[in-house]
Amino acid sequence: MKFRKYCIEDKFFYLMSYIIAIFVFVAVLYPFIYVVAASFSSGNAISSGKVVLLPVEFTLQGYEIVFNNSAVLTGFLNSVLYTVSGTAINLVMTITAGYCLSRDDVPGAKVILFLFTFTMFFGGNMITNYMLVRSLGFLDTIWAVIIPGAISAYNLIIARTFMQTSIPKELFEAAVADGCSDIKYYLSIVLPLSKPVMSVLLLFSAVGHWNSYFGPMIYLNNRKRFSLPLILKEILISSQIDPSTVTDPELQMKIASMAMSIQYALIVVVIVPIIIIYPFIQKHFANGIMLGAVKG
Amino acid sequence: MKKKKLKKRILARWQIYLLLLLPVAYLIIFCYVPMFGQIIAFKDYNVKDGIFGSRWVGLDNFRNFFESYNFSMVLKNTLTLSIYSFLAGFPIPILLALLLNALPGQRFKKLVQGTAFIPYFISTVVMVGLIFRLLDYRTGMYGTIFTALTGQTAVDLFSKGKWFKHLYVWSGVWQSMGYNTVVYTAALASVDESLHDAARIDGASRWKRVLHIDWPTIKPTVAILMILSLGHIMSVGLDKVLLMQTSLNISYSEVISTYVYKIGLASGLGNFSRSTAVSMFNSVINLIMLFIANTISKKVTQSSIF
Repeated sequence: MKFRKYCIEDKFFYLMSYIIAIFVFVAVLYPFIYVVAASFSSGNAISSGKVVLLPVEFTLQGYEIVFNNSAVLTGFLNSVLYTVSGTAINLVMTITAGYCLSRDDVPGAKVILFLFTFTMFFGGNMITNYMLVRSLGFLDTIWAVIIPGAISAYNLIIARTFMQTSIPKELFEAAVADGCSDIKYYLSIVLPLSKPVMSVLLLFSAVGHWNSYFGPMIYLNNRKRFSLPLILKEILISSQIDPSTVTDPELQMKIASMAMSIQYALIVVVIVPIIIIYPFIQKHFANGIMLGAVKG
Repeated sequence: MKKKKLKKRILARWQIYLLLLLPVAYLIIFCYVPMFGQIIAFKDYNVKDGIFGSRWVGLDNFRNFFESYNFSMVLKNTLTLSIYSFLAGFPIPILLALLLNALPGQRFKKLVQGTAFIPYFISTVVMVGLIFRLLDYRTGMYGTIFTALTGQTAVDLFSKGKWFKHLYVWSGVWQSMGYNTVVYTAALASVDESLHDAARIDGASRWKRVLHIDWPTIKPTVAILMILSLGHIMSVGLDKVLLMQTSLNISYSEVISTYVYKIGLASGLGNFSRSTAVSMFNSVINLIMLFIANTISKKVTQSSIF
């Protein structure tokens, strides 16, 4: 009797769970499908609501404009440069500092670690950071984008914790017995063993640099130095207001529909690489979140 | 005797100090100089006199902010957005993780989890562009679906300032729900299967087992993440708010961080002292919240971050 009752209760529970899970699945996936379909559709088809699942009045106009846009190309190349160099600096600085602070035989290491940790809770603000960058003469240069934020205290702690817990102490003792210097031990033993934490930090900081908006926006004024997000902002967001300045409603619709094809195509061009790389990096990201949480 | 020993210990580690040179230089120049630079909140900073030459004004900059008509608006908007984000964005990943964990099919579970993770990688700029496009009341996904279902024209969400908070919060939930689920899913993986087996034999339903086995397992994780989010309760996503701001929603979307940006950097005036005071007020509230949350959590759940 009792067993039966629980069966019904379980069935209801599973049914509800499936409904919610399917809802989440569709709610996340459908906007992507819509965007892809719209990017291949004519402006008219989009604005008249004919696009549901598949492209209507198939056209590549949006993509043609996106790929022939020099601003998008410049922004893309700049972003690649900022991301590669910024991530390299992040990685070298964070891993090095993490190693030094993971040693328990270094006088003063605890103090330095505390000073880093403290910046997680209290630090400068955008104004004083801006004043610093300005007085260093970094404005409108690549340095303004890649040097501030070179070490995040959070990542430093992840790196330090990893080295303390995952690299066997015996290795260090053996190395010392063989007369290995600290730098040599770091380069030939710690670095190769730290690959898991390095790949996690690499992913997090690369995504951070690639998506970064506010820093480049306040530090860069020269359009030649603009990163991709700044260009995307102009096309995707600022153009949102543009058509409304046109008073003729017919003309306004035309501009709006042209802009739409371009915007959808641009969104696809920006998101597709992520979705292609995604299956390969998903595992690392999950690991990264866990490394961070262990520390918490 | 002891001093000599310390000197020897330091000298023995000279290579470590060499490696630490750049990171410590970075720490001083890029973390502590801007931190102490906030002293200009108590001064009337101007470029000519510099940080040290400018006149001390005590708490005038703070008083000006508290007395300005913007203060209550900015504070109210900041609290509305952050508390609303917390209330919607914090429990949903927990529920989702518990629910997905309870589902029997492994493959379906993985599929939903993997899909829900994707929006996290979309940059803020593209995300806001996506919101503006998809939720357009005439040409977007929202507008066309609404018209198809009801035959009427949908409400223009962007023209009504009151809608700003819903757009901001729910797009945020959509974007980060999958990412935030991961921690809980991993914590749930550590549940001892034999507990479930024993409970099943005793006739406990799946729902009962969620309540009495799964939930207690992730409770400490929930507590820690809650402290961390409460410590940032006054930090609203600056980029996103700034990008979503229009002249139509400004009185609902102006938050402390965007206000700091406006009076300090965006306007030609560049009132560095006043904007630093505003931002300092924000960080102090955050710190206080962090301490309160930590203390409460220590008492209630025995989990704390310090």
